Amino acid sequence: MITKQISIFIENRKGRLSEVIQTITSQNINIKAISIADTTNFGILRIIVDDPEAVAVQLKTINLAASLTSVLSVSIKNKPGAVGEVLKILADNNISVEYMYSSLAYSGDMGNIIVCVDKEAEGEALLKTAGYSD
Amino acid sequence: MENMWQKDIETMPRADLEALQLARLKKLVGYVYDNVPFYKKRLDEAGVTADKIKVLSDIQYIPFTTKADIRDTYPYGLFAQPLKKIVRIHASSGTTGKPTVVGYTKNDLDLWSDLVARLTMAAGASDDDIVQIAFGYGLFTGALGLHYGLEKIGATVVPTSSGNTEKQIMLMRDFGTTAIVSTPSYALYIAEVAKDMGIDPRKDLKVKLGLLGSEGCSLEMRAKIEQAWDLFATDNYGMSELIGPGVSGECTYRCGMHFAEDHFLPEIIDPDTGAVKNRGESGELVITTLTKEGFPLLRYRTKDVTSIDYEKCECGRTHARMAKPTGRSDDMLKIKGVNVFPSQIESVLISVPEVGGHYQIVLGTKNYMDTFEINIELLDGSLLTKYSELENLQHKIAFKLKTVLGLDAKINLCEPKSLERFAGKAKRVIDNRDK
Repeated sequence: MITKQISIFIENRKGRLSEVIQTITSQNINIKAISIADTTNFGILRIIVDDPEAVAVQLKTINLAASLTSVLSVSIKNKPGAVGEVLKILADNNISVEYMYSSLAYSGDMGNIIVCVDKEAEGEALLKTAGYSD
Repeated sequence: MENMWQKDIETMPRADLEALQLARLKKLVGYVYDNVPFYKKRLDEAGVTADKIKVLSDIQYIPFTTKADIRDTYPYGLFAQPLKKIVRIHASSGTTGKPTVVGYTKNDLDLWSDLVARLTMAAGASDDDIVQIAFGYGLFTGALGLHYGLEKIGATVVPTSSGNTEKQIMLMRDFGTTAIVSTPSYALYIAEVAKDMGIDPRKDLKVKLGLLGSEGCSLEMRAKIEQAWDLFATDNYGMSELIGPGVSGECTYRCGMHFAEDHFLPEIIDPDTGAVKNRGESGELVITTLTKEGFPLLRYRTKDVTSIDYEKCECGRTHARMAKPTGRSDDMLKIKGVNVFPSQIESVLISVPEVGGHYQIVLGTKNYMDTFEINIELLDGSLLTKYSELENLQHKIAFKLKTVLGLDAKINLCEPKSLERFAGKAKRVIDNRDK
């Protein structure tokens, strides 16, 4: 459930996001979830990959500023109210959500969300108790 | 007492030194009057002759010489010897039009290498050193100046020139290089490239002395270079018009750069009025070359802003020390009406650990007003957890700049190694303002 997300610093200029993604995928890295928000002069690209530690090192060697952050990866059913249930558990237990996004991976009627919270260990325990998994 | 190349001269009592300067100044005035029509005309206009110079302060009656004078007499108009006696020509890059050309007689070259020998020994170099010269060789005085001076003290000189950084590092490791001559920005860049090659300059290289020069270097930048290499860095000062490196240089006490006062007579003036300032005050450095034969200069306006300390130094040298120039009156930027030296900006940026030592100052015009932006590379990935931390970093840098300069700057964080690197003098200011 707790998983390492890679955050990459990107300058906000035309074509740069595409270049960075090409660079990452040319290293045979499969991006499982991805998020970037609109800001002014720079952005933080957040991705979920297999073996994030190795990938982070690899990215630094190609001059990208990257770091690892612990986030929660949670499988949820593809049905109304599924996201809300997860958020309610966290909110009821005084865990605050910094940001969240959804994964590119689907299997059957199950989807997957990535949630960054202030207390990830506590969040993981609560969600596991409630029957959630990766 | 430190090692000195010419101890008798370097520790000469000040009274003797000033008597020597006066005698040489008188001789110089007569020499340029007889040999350079340009100076004859200038001195005639000012009514100055050699016998009117009674005390050193009488130098104030001699007219200044400027870079424009050198340019106007291009190429040989200020030479005091026929080309038959000139054995070397150097020129400084002319960013605007023609270069400034200088000529050396055999005696000048001998003097020059003595002056560089003095400064390199003062910095701690010796005949045990293997010195890699990573200044660009050519018309530029830096490389050849250091080259012959270091050979004179018996050091092993490796003339790699600048550029080809990977090979530079390979030779450094294989030859066991102990000292490096380069610009501060190039020293920092070499260390970066070494790390990319898996070589830690602190552990895997033996470079323990850095003779940095040819561009300004803030104390913070120097600390960063020393940290990256685990070396001891000294600064020295010179310019091709005056002779090249060798005009002044730091001893290991690093409390100012000792002039070679027996050959250069320094003054500090008010750049606006031309009046000589009181001892210790800051202003534009003016230098008279007392003994050069090929290209003597009377009261040359260097445009460098500094101050001079005449107290005897702990190292034993009696020759006056100039402070690190706070900037060039040429380099000074006027941003939103405020006078700013790029060195002030550099000091602030280097003090922020999350960003690197490479930066650009970008000026523009918007709504008839100056815009002031700084591009700087993000080094520290740990701030990437939240946007707000990156924004805080921008605010922190902007706040520090505001404290020092009184100006608001827009800080643009850039990706690592995305800004241009320079093997020679770094070009850090991009002025796109409407003229």
